[in-house]
Amino acid sequence: MQLPLGIEVPIPTFEQFVFIQVALLTAVAGLAVVISRNLFHSALALTLTFFGVAGVYVFLEAEFLAVSQVLVYVGAIAMLIAFAIMLTRSMMYGRTSPLNNQWGKSSLFAFLFFVALLAFARATPWPAAGEEVVADEALIGALGREFVTNYVIAFEVLGLLLLVALVGAVLLARDR
Amino acid sequence: MVPLSWYLMLAAFLFSCGLYGALARRNAIAMLMGIELMLNAANINLVAFWRHGVGPMEDLTGQVFAVLIIGLAAAEAAVGLALIIAVYRERRTIDVDELDLLAG
Repeated sequence: MQLPLGIEVPIPTFEQFVFIQVALLTAVAGLAVVISRNLFHSALALTLTFFGVAGVYVFLEAEFLAVSQVLVYVGAIAMLIAFAIMLTRSMMYGRTSPLNNQWGKSSLFAFLFFVALLAFARATPWPAAGEEVVADEALIGALGREFVTNYVIAFEVLGLLLLVALVGAVLLARDR
Repeated sequence: MVPLSWYLMLAAFLFSCGLYGALARRNAIAMLMGIELMLNAANINLVAFWRHGVGPMEDLTGQVFAVLIIGLAAAEAAVGLALIIAVYRERRTIDVDELDLLAG
């Protein structure tokens, strides 16, 4: 495809076209999370970002992760954040700027970091694609087997960590 | 097939957004949201490298790590929000500029 200024743009395949839509949605929602002045709008944009990331996992043929993303992030973490916002309501609405006094330096640093990562991602010759992934239950079964064989210690430690974290959270948030 | 660099660029953008949010927002919950964005970006990278690595059917390490990070993020969010609620109950604010009890 030839653009007016003589810029050559490769025509995306259908899959790439849909990916661009999902990625744009995710990126715009991610940006809205950090620039929105209303904290509750941030939380809603964050939920949208989580859905977008789940869509990206579907593109990467990691269906189990897509489902866990929706279950854990959208179902649990976004809900937790919404409740925390409602419980700490008083300071939310427009009294002062939502940004602290180092936002200028922070935005500059984040932008430079993004440019550096972008240059790195574009300049490195990445391998084209892995072998075909046969998308069926076999992959999820293999993932489950990994958790009880090679990564059993990490899995158990994570379970323990979650237990301790949740008990600690109840203890911290309890009204004394 | 979507090239690997596209996933990396999306993840880089999300990570930078999260970094800005964690550094520049005054509200502690907004900082936590920035951290969640960064964790998500890292997860996209892990899964993308798994998919484009050698033998994604045999070696599921990338997905395993992504699942572990999702679990860690859940623990982090639970403890972080509980801390924020506890601080709010004590101080009536969750503006991180005013929470300077430990500042020297």
